[in-house]
Amino acid sequence: MKRELTCIVCPRGCQLACELDDKGAIISVEGNICPRGKTYAVNECTNPQRVVTSTVRCKDGEVVSCKTSTTIPKGMMFDVMKAINTTLAENNVKIGDVIIKNVLGTGADVVATSNR
Amino acid sequence: MSTKALKEIKCELVVVGGGPAGMAAAVAAYEEGLRDILILERDDNLGGILRQCIHNGFGLHRFGEELTGPEYAYRYEKMVREYGIPFMTDTMVTSISEDRVVTAQNSKEGIFKIHAGAVVLAMGCRERPKGALNIAGHRPAGIYTAGTAQKFVNMKGYMPGKEVVILGSGDIGLIMARRMTLEGAKVKAVCELMPYSGGLARNIEQCLNDFGIPLMLSHTVVEIHGNDRLTGVTIGKVDEMRRPIPESFEYIPCDTLLLSCGLIPENELTKDAGISLDRITNGAVVDGERETEIPGVFACGNVLHVHDLVDYVSEEASIAGKAAVRFIRGEGAKNVNIPILADGQIRYTVPQKITEITPTRVYFRVADVYRDRKVTVTCGDEVLYQKKKQKLAPGEMETVELSADMIANAEKIGKALEFKLV
Repeated sequence: MKRELTCIVCPRGCQLACELDDKGAIISVEGNICPRGKTYAVNECTNPQRVVTSTVRCKDGEVVSCKTSTTIPKGMMFDVMKAINTTLAENNVKIGDVIIKNVLGTGADVVATSNR
Repeated sequence: MSTKALKEIKCELVVVGGGPAGMAAAVAAYEEGLRDILILERDDNLGGILRQCIHNGFGLHRFGEELTGPEYAYRYEKMVREYGIPFMTDTMVTSISEDRVVTAQNSKEGIFKIHAGAVVLAMGCRERPKGALNIAGHRPAGIYTAGTAQKFVNMKGYMPGKEVVILGSGDIGLIMARRMTLEGAKVKAVCELMPYSGGLARNIEQCLNDFGIPLMLSHTVVEIHGNDRLTGVTIGKVDEMRRPIPESFEYIPCDTLLLSCGLIPENELTKDAGISLDRITNGAVVDGERETEIPGVFACGNVLHVHDLVDYVSEEASIAGKAAVRFIRGEGAKNVNIPILADGQIRYTVPQKITEITPTRVYFRVADVYRDRKVTVTCGDEVLYQKKKQKLAPGEMETVELSADMIANAEKIGKALEFKLV
């Protein structure tokens, strides 16, 4: 089976042509100009991952930007959004502060990406 | 009116704008040993547009890691603060004269003038407003530029609407399609007038395809419905001449229309100073040092030409910052004057001319999507550079490295450098 992907690792956006076996495992990847493209293709076909970036409300009502510290399973993006949107951060939150530790057991923390 | 005389100060380097370009120019100048620097920023903090670009993907080139916009901005803000480079926020520059007198104002100092040794223009760009697009219909609430919606959602925590159509597939539009979707809105379509998207391929993948949002190429919004609040839009396919085809018209109910129709360098100050602009880039005409027609006035970042990646903005700003220091010290050596011409398939180059025999990176953009072409640089009959490219697209800025030898060669030939696709 063949699958066409657009690599999202960097702004170049390589077009990847993947060859998969019956179980969906990667046999070959073409079109990537760096090794990260191949890793991306393998993950994307077996366990697609994304970083979620959003904002979290602080106790005073203002918002501060945040992200997951590592990628999370793509299928959990809306669950992680819900977790972020039901959390209140401290008013003095600083860039890099952990707002939710190990969000939904994904192993990723939700961390602030700007200063209040 | 106050009878008090205007406050006048002197400063070796004035940087207009405290976004990524302004900060990188100031940092580069500081690292060259200059200390008398002042950054003027009209917003309430440094960082510029990056403050509201909370998505990731910034900094792979510059820092070797993937950062969000605010994190990238903070890297530079930290350098500015640690170096102790002076900056004024909430301060608006209202004019720059030919002899580099910068007039600015804020609520603390009132109006004041700065006699600058050199000026770096780093005012960034703004979004093309809907008024310029002439869509029929009323002007109900619910129509925003994508960047305005981004500010509402990411800085203020307000959602502008629930059912969204986006016109234009620039990167900000794509990013906002994902952002609004994650926050619970239904993004019904992204319409793009051109037969290709102006956004990065990765953004079409991770912002639209991930969420099943249709990208409708060769489509535009032909009518806006609703009186007080937007109730829907009529979209339609366009023919090769970009004229809407009535048989294809389709009504989409929505309460929000986001416009992501391109960016325009913000050059009012530049024009007032008498600096002529490039017809294509809408930015100043500059040489390899990013020096404009007025000696000692430099430009960099999105005010010069719209970049896809902030990493390239930082790189360009660093060139301008260093060149400004050389100018202040009287070290600028302009010994040649070689124009760079673009063939039309290559829409523009920055710089537009070369005035020094030194290795120079030339940025350019193409006019259409081209496959299997050779980027070629000639001077007279001589081919100085040629490189095969599988694909070139207007949305992706390209570069050519000109060596000092090539430039010296061009000087000997005595003709312009011609950039073309063959």
